[in-house]
Amino acid sequence: MARHQRQVGLPRWLFVPAAAGALFVVLPLVAIVARVDWPDFLTLVTSESSLEALKLSLRTSAASTVLCVLLGVPMAVLLARTSFRGQGLVRSLVLLPLVLPPVVGGIALLYTFGRRGLLGESLEVLGIQIAFSTTAVVLAQTFVALPFLVVSLEGALRTGGERYEVVAATLGAPPTTVFRRVTLPLVLPGLVSGAVLSFARALGEFGATITFAGSLQGVTRTLPLEIYLQRETDADAAVALSLVLVVVAVLVIGLARGRAT
Amino acid sequence: MRKHPRTTVGLPRLVGLVGLVATATLLAACGSDDGAAGGATGDGGGAEPVTLTVFAASSLTAAFEDLADQFEADHDGVTVELSFAGSSDLVAQIQQGAPADVFASADQANMDKLTGEDLQGSDPVEFATNTLEIAVPPDNPAGVESLQDLGGDLNLVVCAPEVPCGAAAQQVAADAGVELKPVSEEQSVTDVLNKVTSGEADAGLVYVTDVAAAGDAVEGITFPEADSVVNVYPIATVGDSEHAGLAQEFVDLVTGGEGQKVLDGYGFGAP
Amino acid sequence: MSLALTAAVDERDLDLELEVGDGEVVALLGPNGAGKSTVLALVAGLLRPDRGRITLAGRTLTDVGAGHTRTFVAPHARRIALLAQDPLLFPHLDVTDNVAFGPRSRGRSRADAARTAATWLDRVGATELADRRPAQLSGGQAQRVAIARALAAEPDLLLLDEPMAALDVAVAPALRQMLKRVLSGQSALVVTHDVLDALLLADRVYVLDGGRVVETGPSRHVLAQPRSAFAARVAGLNLVAGRWREGSVHSSSGLRVAGLAVGEKPAEGAWVAAIFRPASVGVFREPPGGSPRNALPVTVTDLEPRGDLIRVHGVDLMADVTPQAVADLGLAPGDRVLFSVKATDVTVYTS
Repeated sequence: MARHQRQVGLPRWLFVPAAAGALFVVLPLVAIVARVDWPDFLTLVTSESSLEALKLSLRTSAASTVLCVLLGVPMAVLLARTSFRGQGLVRSLVLLPLVLPPVVGGIALLYTFGRRGLLGESLEVLGIQIAFSTTAVVLAQTFVALPFLVVSLEGALRTGGERYEVVAATLGAPPTTVFRRVTLPLVLPGLVSGAVLSFARALGEFGATITFAGSLQGVTRTLPLEIYLQRETDADAAVALSLVLVVVAVLVIGLARGRAT
Repeated sequence: MRKHPRTTVGLPRLVGLVGLVATATLLAACGSDDGAAGGATGDGGGAEPVTLTVFAASSLTAAFEDLADQFEADHDGVTVELSFAGSSDLVAQIQQGAPADVFASADQANMDKLTGEDLQGSDPVEFATNTLEIAVPPDNPAGVESLQDLGGDLNLVVCAPEVPCGAAAQQVAADAGVELKPVSEEQSVTDVLNKVTSGEADAGLVYVTDVAAAGDAVEGITFPEADSVVNVYPIATVGDSEHAGLAQEFVDLVTGGEGQKVLDGYGFGAP
Repeated sequence: MSLALTAAVDERDLDLELEVGDGEVVALLGPNGAGKSTVLALVAGLLRPDRGRITLAGRTLTDVGAGHTRTFVAPHARRIALLAQDPLLFPHLDVTDNVAFGPRSRGRSRADAARTAATWLDRVGATELADRRPAQLSGGQAQRVAIARALAAEPDLLLLDEPMAALDVAVAPALRQMLKRVLSGQSALVVTHDVLDALLLADRVYVLDGGRVVETGPSRHVLAQPRSAFAARVAGLNLVAGRWREGSVHSSSGLRVAGLAVGEKPAEGAWVAAIFRPASVGVFREPPGGSPRNALPVTVTDLEPRGDLIRVHGVDLMADVTPQAVADLGLAPGDRVLFSVKATDVTVYTS
């Protein structure tokens, strides 16, 4: 690949704040690595509670990513391909969890799906209890991660335009066929990066989970909650687990970038 | 680093001013009295404003806010700054060099961390005790009446064993031979109470003082087995304190009769 | 498979009627903004008219009037394929799957659709591209595949929206020749502003201007005797039709024009057309020597100033020459002269 050559020079002073910004992001990571108790690292991160938390995190994040795709793809398509009154408002509302403190999301979910919540009472009648279940974790993660998928997919759909879909329709493809064989394959890179972002966001979810889902090993205590709890008694374990989470997040983002380019 | 909840009692300048005015008024009122007014000793006495920093376990919040007010009233020009957090967070901060003058822990273990590194100024003194109580929503939907009821099929929320209230709950249950099956092991007493007040949980195990502080939001159910685990609160001055005298006076206030009365009012037991 | 359209679109000030007969290829000519693309959108079902009715092969596709829609068939159910200027091959499918898309969408089996695709790729001369991805094709190759894809859908009507406009001038003639072949017997509506497309592909033309039909008739007729300004402007080409013998076109009026055949070499005796631009023509009193040139005897009928040049009109042919040359030759209507054009400037198409 050819390197991008700039014709116009950049002001040199720009490098100073840029480097400071990079340091600001990288230094805390270095600090974590430096603080890790390496001789005991494996023991710390392979304790039963740690492994359960990691497994739970991966499992719930995967589930919420699937949920994000199932709900987010239709949302993004409707936002990108239709126009209706109040569309701007709908878009803003959908994106709200991006800017909402997660703990607020947790409280909102509690009053929706909790036992005394909007839907919770009906669910309770049906014998379904969401609070304190793994389902609650998945709901909390989906709530905060969904906008990431919708935003990146809607962008991809708008950039791609409708021309291929028109051609497909004139070749005799009914709407569902067009969606399945043309729309989706063409935005696949956008969908993949949106899903990866959602997964990463779900993996890091803390506030909404602790507020809404509770914390129980193997059921609702995801890796971030485990780290927070470990700080109480075993700072070394908390640091080691933090590093694990950082590594997983870096891997996920690297994977997404690898796919995108 | 996580942001620690920090409560500042008394805005330093304003309180200092009010203190001065009060002192002046007092002196004027006393008129020709022999000048023993104010009763301040050590480095108080309306001279340079001094800030005394007290690190205290979260469960002490209400009681210590009262005591700080009292202390400031007794010491002109002294402002008490209170910092409340989990005991382990607080001790970690002191170990990292946070400028605390007094440390009041919710358990012996965290105080031991302080003395283990010889960071204390005075020897720790036990000043209060706390026992567990069952907290249920006001309508008590699961009809909980005893510790044994918590072993049944209900949404029970406790503290995680890693935090003191969780360790206590585990111990009490073990001593009583009750098997607890919590649906969640929360990070803190506050989290447990929130789950109970919102009605998500049918019952929670928290301290007597927490139930008292929560007021009408929860109903407390005492149980005799609670006496098997008595949580003892130790207090000590911090070695690096620049106001060792004042710090010791604050400890004396807490351990003295007046302090004990305030603590009793919030549900704490005597040591 | 005949199309009948009556439609008005108020927003674009369009109000017209047109027809395409069964198996007929009709060209829509006209300046930018004349409404050509709007007509295609109406027919394809991408646009709803304010008033109008469109029928194809006896089926009503659009019927809108008095403020409500009585019938509006969705684009995919119209059996009308659209071929745009840009090939728009699906980038995630290989060439075969692109061409097989239409048959697959209509429920044909994978194997069956692949066979249909192979047939059409063969007809457009793109068999060797079958396994390629669209990104690996040149513009001309991609447009060939796009043509195969449109036809493989077996449309009742094919819409072509400036199919050559985006192509390199070097590949356009061959593609035009191929299109002419595959369009035989296919009802089609071609939007173009290239007179060669109209002449060679279409049986009939409609000239549109300002959303109205300003002229219609057989292509040769409209372009030879244009009545509308636009038709006159686009019809600025010389065309000699006749039989192909020994590398030259022999017209019935006795003209003989040597030229370069585009695409496959025409068979001896085949009907062909020689086309060349007036600007390529030189005017002489005596036969010029030198390079192999065509010398066509012409009687001057008119001299018409056109910008910097003078157009010398013969009975069937035109030449654009400088005023200096007109003065040197002392040209006047009624003069008998020779129109000279290099064989390399003459394009021969099988008609």
